[in-house]
Amino acid sequence: MFDLDRWQEIIHTLKSNKLRTFLTAFGVFWGIFMLTVMLGAGTGLQNGIYRNMGDFSTNSAFMWTQKTSEPYRGFDAGRRWNFKNGDTKAILDNVPGIELLAPRVQGWGGSGATNAVYKDNTGSFSIYGDVPAWNLIDPLTITDGRFINQMDLNRRRKIAVIGQRVKEVLFDKGEDPLNKHIQINGVYFTVVGVFKSKKTGGQADNENQNVHIPFTTIQQIYNYGDIVGWYALTSHKSTSVSEVTKEVIALIKRRHDIAPHDDQAIGHFNVEEEFNKMNNLFIGINGLIWIVGIGTLLAGVIGVSNIMLVVVRERTKEIGIRRAIGAKPIKITSQIVMESLVLTALSGWLGLVFGVGLIELINTAMGGGGDFFYNPTVDFNIAVTALTILVLSGTFAGMIPARRALKIRPIEALRTE
Amino acid sequence: MITIKNLHKSYKMGHNSLHVLKGLDFTINDGELVSIMGSSGSGKSTLLNILGLLDNYDEGEFHLDDLLIRNLNETKAAQYRNKYFGFVFQSFNLITFKNAQENVALPLYYQGINRKKRNKIALEYLDKVGLADWAHHLPSELSGGQKQRVAIARALVTNPKVILADEPTGALDSKTSYDVMQILKDINNLGISVIIVTHEHDIAEMTDRVINLRDGQIVDPEEATKTPSYV
Repeated sequence: MFDLDRWQEIIHTLKSNKLRTFLTAFGVFWGIFMLTVMLGAGTGLQNGIYRNMGDFSTNSAFMWTQKTSEPYRGFDAGRRWNFKNGDTKAILDNVPGIELLAPRVQGWGGSGATNAVYKDNTGSFSIYGDVPAWNLIDPLTITDGRFINQMDLNRRRKIAVIGQRVKEVLFDKGEDPLNKHIQINGVYFTVVGVFKSKKTGGQADNENQNVHIPFTTIQQIYNYGDIVGWYALTSHKSTSVSEVTKEVIALIKRRHDIAPHDDQAIGHFNVEEEFNKMNNLFIGINGLIWIVGIGTLLAGVIGVSNIMLVVVRERTKEIGIRRAIGAKPIKITSQIVMESLVLTALSGWLGLVFGVGLIELINTAMGGGGDFFYNPTVDFNIAVTALTILVLSGTFAGMIPARRALKIRPIEALRTE
Repeated sequence: MITIKNLHKSYKMGHNSLHVLKGLDFTINDGELVSIMGSSGSGKSTLLNILGLLDNYDEGEFHLDDLLIRNLNETKAAQYRNKYFGFVFQSFNLITFKNAQENVALPLYYQGINRKKRNKIALEYLDKVGLADWAHHLPSELSGGQKQRVAIARALVTNPKVILADEPTGALDSKTSYDVMQILKDINNLGISVIIVTHEHDIAEMTDRVINLRDGQIVDPEEATKTPSYV
């Protein structure tokens, strides 16, 4: 199949017509380059936004108590109320769609008020009472030791899992915080674990200065009784978290004598909904990229077709000569088609390489990505498909005028000056 | 070599049909030097198209070496063209981006001869027309006479039976014209038939035989010369 003469002929023709070659090549190059860069930027944006969310379960929801807005069963509107430990059991028993349920409660301090002390170091951190399930709903990276376990809950152990920032503030450099006792609001806790946030930016900074202690311990120490601060939950993969949340809310309303239509009494937030909103946004952005991308591709194809038309027009005479000296039609068409194939494929490939190069450069320049841009990649299949479409249409566009050129009687073509 | 019997050709132009060749009969023998003369519109380029297998005819017979040429497909025609004919044109028709040697070697490329061999053959033929030193020059660097000599070398390189020359001297001054005619005569002396299409009397006079064409018919020389030139 490999015919050196034919390749020499092709390369010779392309090299001998530099402007023509350049113009055709540039059209293809630009089309693929733009598409690559746009697709890369699109995925970069998407990856960046999603990474902000860490490994947060997308099937998770939160709910907290608010003042009631309707009078019901002898209670006035505007009543303050709390979730209770009994609710936790009732939810787990009655709502089958629940996968994980994490009751949470917050300790005092933080927000500037000093609440943690180790030796001479003090700090202000957010204190949370948690169950093991929390680390599954919004996972953290445990860098040292462990997270809270069931035994901690059962025995109401005074242990703490501290964030990276907490460790940096309370402990001297190089000091191992594990099994050290830190004082939180005057009570000593043993540090059993250190963690790092999986999120990025400000969210990570917030998380890294959290302290998690067992839920039962915090209820006792802070004298919360059986009050639950708020709930985090996830649904089984087969059920929608919005549905599960509805069921849980209905159950809680029955248990706390809240009017069934009182929408204010239980506040809730649903990651699934947020996630869907975000997904829709990206479907929109991707749609736009494709419209622009296909437009660019089309412009490239039209450009290549135009140039091929001009090329064949310009070459009518050359084709006539070649025919007169005995070139078979297939030789002539394949020659023209091969020329445009080589040209479009090569410049398209260059466009791909330069596009990916630019994307990589941006990625490197941003130091692995900021808050909104991370790991921009191009779906290689899409890029190659686009390239194939471009090359095929360029070739096809070259074939039509080439065939027409074959129909012209050579003597006429050769006689025109 | 070439036998033409009652050859007709018309071109369809919309609803009208233009009858260009109206029953031609002639024979060209091996090794003859023939000119076809006629003013523009006489049908000589159409005849050349048909002789050169670049166009089909409607009626009659065209024998090439006992071979009836009729409704050839383009691939077959290209094959015969490469084997039997060498073309020389008024405007030289060299490929502008190829040098003299590459231009001469091109017909051999279409015969599937390898590069080394065809370049060697091309150089031999360029030497025959006295242009071996110009082998690596582009057509734009050659004079008109030199270009035509390159074109003649290209026509000869496949060792054809017939050279078809379409106004080979039309773009040349008279001295160069005579040089080119001398080359064509030398070729003819080697036994190759040469058919020259021209409208110049002095060129036609240098050939063995003149076929006069007027309005798609062959006329005898006296009648042809009687035709006033302003018609």
